[in-house]
Amino acid sequence: MRRAVLTTAWILVTGGVTAFLVTSLAGTRRTLFLPGRTSSGHHQIEGSCELCHDVGGTGVSQKACMRCHERELADADDSHPLSKFLDPRNASFLSAIDGRRCVSCHVEHRPSITGEMGVSQPIGFCVACHADVGIERPSHQGLPFSGCADAGCHNYHDNRALAESFVADNLHQPDLGAHPAVPAIDRDARYGALGSRPLNRRQQDAPAGVVVSDMVLAEWEKTEHAAAGVNCTACHGGGATSRPWNDRPGIDGCSECHAGEATGFLGGKHGMRAAAELGPMRPELARLPMRRDVRDRELGCTSCHGAHAFDRRHAAVEACLECHDDRHSLAYFDSPHYDTWKLEQTRADPEGSGVSCATCHMPRVRRMDSARPGVVVEHNQNAALRPIETMVRPVCMSCHGLGYSLAAMAERDLARRNFRRGPQAPSEAERMVRDKAAKRAPPSKEVGR
Amino acid sequence: MKKKRERRIVPAGVPTARRSTAGIAAIGLAAALSACSSEAKGGDARGDGISPRRAADMIQAVLAADREVYTKEIVQRLTIQQKVQIAAPGGGSTPLEAREDWRSEHGKLPLPAQVFRMGAEKVLSTGSDFSYLLLSPWPVNPQNRPRTDVERGGLEQASKTGQPHYASEELDGKRYFVAIYPDRAVAEACVECHNKHPDSPRRDFKLGDVMGGVVIRFRAD
Repeated sequence: MRRAVLTTAWILVTGGVTAFLVTSLAGTRRTLFLPGRTSSGHHQIEGSCELCHDVGGTGVSQKACMRCHERELADADDSHPLSKFLDPRNASFLSAIDGRRCVSCHVEHRPSITGEMGVSQPIGFCVACHADVGIERPSHQGLPFSGCADAGCHNYHDNRALAESFVADNLHQPDLGAHPAVPAIDRDARYGALGSRPLNRRQQDAPAGVVVSDMVLAEWEKTEHAAAGVNCTACHGGGATSRPWNDRPGIDGCSECHAGEATGFLGGKHGMRAAAELGPMRPELARLPMRRDVRDRELGCTSCHGAHAFDRRHAAVEACLECHDDRHSLAYFDSPHYDTWKLEQTRADPEGSGVSCATCHMPRVRRMDSARPGVVVEHNQNAALRPIETMVRPVCMSCHGLGYSLAAMAERDLARRNFRRGPQAPSEAERMVRDKAAKRAPPSKEVGR
Repeated sequence: MKKKRERRIVPAGVPTARRSTAGIAAIGLAAALSACSSEAKGGDARGDGISPRRAADMIQAVLAADREVYTKEIVQRLTIQQKVQIAAPGGGSTPLEAREDWRSEHGKLPLPAQVFRMGAEKVLSTGSDFSYLLLSPWPVNPQNRPRTDVERGGLEQASKTGQPHYASEELDGKRYFVAIYPDRAVAEACVECHNKHPDSPRRDFKLGDVMGGVVIRFRAD
């Protein structure tokens, strides 16, 4: 009798635990199975194991990494592409670090060994392949390998702002240019095909039965959408379009015309959950400090741009600070950058001269590789931060000289304080390039006078 | 002088092992182009494989021809002879140039050596056991110095004799056939760039000088 009770209890407990684990794995409690805290780059999608892991195994395929990161590596003109590690001359290095696979340097779920940019190799790992750099480049003799990246001289993937020839060519620039401003967006080049017949509220084309409030019409009437002839059905569907009317068209509706912007949004931390079909990002899921009163706000195009006003000025500052509550964000109002923004808003300074949150985090970049080349807004707000020097060429150099920009990025505390003051000393990269140029330069004619 | 009879083997990847799509394509193209002449000589085109030397020679012929065409007909013709101007992003015009940092600048052309390297990287990215690269005892980029004994010896030999040098070497436990061809300055643009570049360790090149060597390497076991 007692044995039967025990057996029944064992079956029930085992069955219950098994059922709990199975339902957890299939449902929303998958994080129970995480072997360790996920890095800040991937934590938003940690509930979708199969995005990275091979189904039925625990391995991570290279294809999974490239699915999300291939474009940015190509854009960065990756300094360590796969081909470098497939060269038979470099085969002997693979036993130290297998550079053919991202996970050799970016092991996930290992917070104790993971640093900035999700790098899990120890500082100074460059020595594994570049031990003889002092012979190849006498200027590097005696330098510690811990300083390759930390001194602000080299990045593993993206060295567009740090290439020696680029630094040498641009060191003459002043700290601040004579006419500091970001380039204007090429609206005609990007959206010219839509036509430009301005619309007013009497011409709105919402289908019969759809109630459109005066406030919505008033907001829309003032937008560039109305000015360019973009009517209600262009976004919401219905009417003469092939899509049924949708009260909330979402990203799909916007991407009909703004495909590039949508791709950028889905590639960054604002949209990566939506891209992984895990639902929209919400501030409460973020690791950065966020305001509590908006913790359940769902992020999409209209969470920053507004549903009908599409005010780019609001989206450039106020929309960010409705959620972001960290030290860097809050310090913006004490920064010289904010002063320039205020001057632009009062029309005292020309358009593009004010520095907003979006100026740096959603920079205007020149895309030459699409059917409609021109200056567009990069909506992946992480793209210019991987790593921070990525921001130098498309952002800082619109207004500042290269030397000043590199020095500002190398002084890490400046970013935390939102560049309240300028950098105190030149970057190590600038110093080395200047030293090399001085050694190479012919004797000055002034000598001997 | 009697020519030493070359051992004929089927190099890995040609054509049975399928190690390299790009390698096979390059070799196939070169083989097709040279089929008439080799048949006339009673040579290798009998369907029983081609010698590593011949395969390497054909690849080198394609590489050298493509690079010379790009250097003379595109870079030299457009930038030096015609001094072509293109529309600048902010208005006005800017000269068309071939520059090291071409990728991040508007309207710039890659240098011939960069085009060569991009092609080599594409081939490597296919996971091929066939590779080619441009090395020099006087490289602008120190990473393009010869690193192995075979590369050093071969470059010296090829630059002394002006003839290709063939050898085999073992890298990380795998045996490779290596062919090294002298690389000459075929256009004024090559000489001008190398003689002016601040990182160039040699600045007295003349048209026709050997500036380095093309190294072609594929598995031989």
